[in-house]
Amino acid sequence: MTTVKVNGRDHQVDAEPDTPLLYVLRDDLGLNAAKFGCGLGQCGSCTVIVDGNAVLSCVTPLLLLEGKQVTTLEGLGTIETPAPVQRAFIEEQAAQCGYCIAGMMMRTQALLQRNAKPTDDEIRAELAPHLCRCGTHMRILRAVHRAAHLMQTADASTDQRSAQ
Amino acid sequence: MSKARVFASLGAALVIAGAVAAFAIAWRPAIPATDPPSAQSFDPVQVKHGRELAALGNCNTCHTTRGGKDFAGGLPVPTPFGTIYSSNITPDADTGIGRWPEDAFRRAMRSGVDRDGRHLYPTFPYDHFTNVSDEDDRALYAYLMTRQPVHAVARANQLPFPLDQRVVIAGWKLLFLRRDTYRPDPARSAEFNRGAYLVEGLAHCGACHTPRNALGAERASASFAGGEADNWSAYAINAQSPAPVPWTADALFAYLRHGFDPDHGTARGPMAQVVGNLSEVPGGDVRAIATYMAGVSGAPAEDRKRRAEDVLAQVKSPAAPESQANSAGAAIYAAACASCHESKRPLPYGGVNLALSTALSSPDPRNAANIVLSGVRPVEGERSPIMPGFASSMSDAQVAALLNYLRSRFSNQPAWAHVEQTVAEARRTQTVFLETSAGAQDAPAAVNQRDKP
Repeated sequence: MTTVKVNGRDHQVDAEPDTPLLYVLRDDLGLNAAKFGCGLGQCGSCTVIVDGNAVLSCVTPLLLLEGKQVTTLEGLGTIETPAPVQRAFIEEQAAQCGYCIAGMMMRTQALLQRNAKPTDDEIRAELAPHLCRCGTHMRILRAVHRAAHLMQTADASTDQRSAQ
Repeated sequence: MSKARVFASLGAALVIAGAVAAFAIAWRPAIPATDPPSAQSFDPVQVKHGRELAALGNCNTCHTTRGGKDFAGGLPVPTPFGTIYSSNITPDADTGIGRWPEDAFRRAMRSGVDRDGRHLYPTFPYDHFTNVSDEDDRALYAYLMTRQPVHAVARANQLPFPLDQRVVIAGWKLLFLRRDTYRPDPARSAEFNRGAYLVEGLAHCGACHTPRNALGAERASASFAGGEADNWSAYAINAQSPAPVPWTADALFAYLRHGFDPDHGTARGPMAQVVGNLSEVPGGDVRAIATYMAGVSGAPAEDRKRRAEDVLAQVKSPAAPESQANSAGAAIYAAACASCHESKRPLPYGGVNLALSTALSSPDPRNAANIVLSGVRPVEGERSPIMPGFASSMSDAQVAALLNYLRSRFSNQPAWAHVEQTVAEARRTQTVFLETSAGAQDAPAAVNQRDKP
């Protein structure tokens, strides 16, 4: 048994230490926001946040997570009360098929925690590891700017939730 | 006259004579400025040739910063003596070389002196450019003078006294600057001699791949024995090469031309920029470089050949690892690395089998640490290698555990020392490097400019 801390809660999982985090999230914890795209760390759809940094969960074995905090898209907000990043992506209709969007949102969240007002160039450079085949890149770009704005003007309820 | 007086005046005379001699050695006249020549005054064929030569010389690597304008300079080059900033070599009249006549450009290439007569620091590798022909200097000049002028004032170097005094460079040149070190060898093929001309001259391979002495000059007795570039090890590329499979002219050509070779892996770090540039030059020149360098490393010794055969056999039918299978390093490798590095997908998309990795057989873990932390960013619009970086998901100790495992499993070399320290250092410097350098992903930005003047 290994303990892994996801979205603020400790979970006991029965998995080998070399199991990729993505499998644990999806198969053991039922957290299906992070997607399996390439399994090689080359497409970005499996991105989650570990201790504030965007991390590719398909190439991150469990043993690297000891004592660390994992945040998935489910940990940001709910359908009823979406987090600023989620609200922004909905309002800009940034998803088409949506497969890459969870990863995009997680890296956006990590970026905005570090850099509250990124420039276009900074956003492009940051999201470069993420592939989107539908081609909603311009909407994604707008959504990140909107998320930055929403985070700065976020209401108290959102603040409380993200502080959990 | 008393004895003391005689000695005093003799001493004074010596000091004056010394000063005059030093002045004669160090002083170079300014070459009068001219109005910037118009782009139309250059022959387009010559300009295009100059473009290829500039790519062979990797001028853009040092004279362009990440996100900066082409050739506008400003890249910090760390040296053991202090930081030196590259200069603006666009034809801007005020801050670039716009007012330099051609002979001033040639003098800079040939002897490291700028138009004003100031000595240039040998971070500008004129100790190699002495070998560049007049004709090639002319083409380079034509190319640079037809670029977009950029107004960018040079940044002040950060050097301690007395190294900030440029007269010191005159002394360095007396000691180390050799002219005409390249001579064609009539016993060798034209291709070999062309390669020698490029490698020893414009391409200045030794600037990174030859170790330097305490005064920062290449050690002539240790040609291509391995040096350093931007916090990466520049491997030995002579007979001491740590590559598990010895290089051949064909393998070198594939690697230099396309950025990867199945038996050696992909170019990354500063070498990614070099191969980016070499993808734009005439294939014959790359072939010549490969032929010459294969001659430099010579035929491999019997034990290296046997080792190479073993490695290639192992790559074809890998044995399951038994030892250390339960170590942290092994588990990290299994989950984070093997999915690509044992996928048997061809390069550059699949990872090279690590038994073929020069980084893991190299005397120090520096490059392996760099690559695990930063990965390889793909090149826009090109068939290029890609690897995620693990800086965000692995601690220094975890990267060290992985590297120690890889070293023991995939090389036949003794364990590295101070691995965790190297990883910490790599983490610190890579961050700086990625922020300032033009970066591999920017290197082939001129691809769509190929064949244009």
